Amino acid sequence: MNLTEKIVAKASGKREVVPKEIVDAKVDAIMVNDLTGPLAVEAFKKIGVAEVWDNKKIVIALDHLAPASSEKAAELHKIIRVFAEEQEIEGFYDVGEGVCHQIMVEKGYVAPGKLIVGADSHTCMYGAFGAFATGIGSTEAAAVFATGSIWLRVPETIKVNVEGKFKNLVTSKDLILHIIGEVGADGAIYKSVEFSGSTIGSISMDGRMTMCNMAVEMGAKNGIIEPDETTLSYLNLNHEALKNDLDASYEKVVEVDAADLEPKVACPHSVDNVKDVREVAGVEVNQAFIGSCTNGRIEDLRLAARILRGEKVNKGTRLLVIPASRKIYLQALREGLIEIFLEAGAVVCNPTCGPCLGGHMGILAAGEVCISSSNRNFIGRMGSPKANVYLASPATVAASAITGKITDPRDMEVK
Amino acid sequence: MEIFGKAVKFGDNVDTDVILPAKYMVHIDPNELARHAMEGLDPAFAAKAKTGVILVAGKNFGCGSSREQAPIALKYAGVKCVIAESCARIFYRNAINIGLPVVECADILSSVEEGEELAVDLVNGVIKNRSKNTTFYAAKLPQFILEILSSGGLIENLKMKMTRK
Repeated sequence: MNLTEKIVAKASGKREVVPKEIVDAKVDAIMVNDLTGPLAVEAFKKIGVAEVWDNKKIVIALDHLAPASSEKAAELHKIIRVFAEEQEIEGFYDVGEGVCHQIMVEKGYVAPGKLIVGADSHTCMYGAFGAFATGIGSTEAAAVFATGSIWLRVPETIKVNVEGKFKNLVTSKDLILHIIGEVGADGAIYKSVEFSGSTIGSISMDGRMTMCNMAVEMGAKNGIIEPDETTLSYLNLNHEALKNDLDASYEKVVEVDAADLEPKVACPHSVDNVKDVREVAGVEVNQAFIGSCTNGRIEDLRLAARILRGEKVNKGTRLLVIPASRKIYLQALREGLIEIFLEAGAVVCNPTCGPCLGGHMGILAAGEVCISSSNRNFIGRMGSPKANVYLASPATVAASAITGKITDPRDMEVK
Repeated sequence: MEIFGKAVKFGDNVDTDVILPAKYMVHIDPNELARHAMEGLDPAFAAKAKTGVILVAGKNFGCGSSREQAPIALKYAGVKCVIAESCARIFYRNAINIGLPVVECADILSSVEEGEELAVDLVNGVIKNRSKNTTFYAAKLPQFILEILSSGGLIENLKMKMTRK
């Protein structure tokens, strides 16, 4: 079996599973946030059980509209707070703590071999740690709250093998955008996508999270990377982790040459509309966003700060910088990065999803263009259906914020 | 379970941001959500769907965000069933869980015109285009999914199973 199959088998109490099989799997952890949680709470109440199955395995994060952006948002937050208190849920994180997925990782809910579900599509991010992690909806979450288990169809797995060394200022974000462009928005629909190869081995945990985070943009059920020394040392674990069997099988293998890769951008209005940054260089940008569960981590902020140090954001362009968690924000503060951003003229916000989903903190007007380190660029994603969103790496976003136009970071002098 | 309705067509990769834009996710009332169904793509949809329609779509319907508000909006706007060439997995599960049937049928887009009368036999996976008198075969829904749908959704089905014990 491959790693995804092994984890699903273990969680279902089976010695072996094969693709297409339907199993009933026990859940190691479940997360809901402020936009998916209230519906889950309502549905849970309808089931009629008094208590959740295990209040230590539930995480609730108020992150999408944090702090509350309207009276209605405040009411949603209230529903969650009341429920968390009633059920004595330790894993409740109020506004400002961070984006839900970053919290799951930081607070220790993610480990190799675990089966985790989350009422948010980017839950697949935790596959970076060799866990099986997949997105679900609110009603599904309510059923998990009550029973602690979920039915799953064992997916076929597509292996994406990446070899070669990145060029200067080419990042894991450029790699995953490239892969999505090649595979297509529905190219991995219902499947597991496993990233492997020497390039993946050389990418940090921050970068691996970026990649698995976006697996859903190919339609995948989960993204996964086999745990190695890097994984175990990041989590401070020193035991053996589940790995692929030597004879693990895959539906197909896609080979990628990382050495060939240029900085990439996903153009409006689909994540698989991927081009080289240089092909669309020169497009004027009104807003630039560095943050989100995809690219709001310390490495992303460090890379952006390298480019922004001593520079000024273009007049007429708003640069928003949003660390993905309180922990990251503090670290960035201590490293002097926040000062660099503020001196450059950026707006630095509290940890939240913010403009990523058109929630708040940087909505776009008709005709505006945003270049963003987040994960979706659908019509209306960040506000007006007549606005355009380009997705890129933090380096590309930072460079573009300085020039006011989509810019390949290598075309700027970076110290 | 046979479902009747006029076809309303959409293309490929219709994502949940256009089905239910994020700004409306502060609403919990399904009837409020219904007013904004498909607003990102067709602001006239909510009015069109009131009579009870069958939504026909291409590949990867409901892709993107896991927001359950999307299938809720469609169901309460009047969509009785979704027939898609393929359906994004979270949307598929969410729709079934709230009692909105989804069937997958290859080539359905080219076989149905806007406004044609359709009949969907969920149990046998048979779709009839009554306007053209043609028949298509959808991927059959597994028994446990049919049970969820016939109970009215996941919660109803779970309650029933729990009281049986």
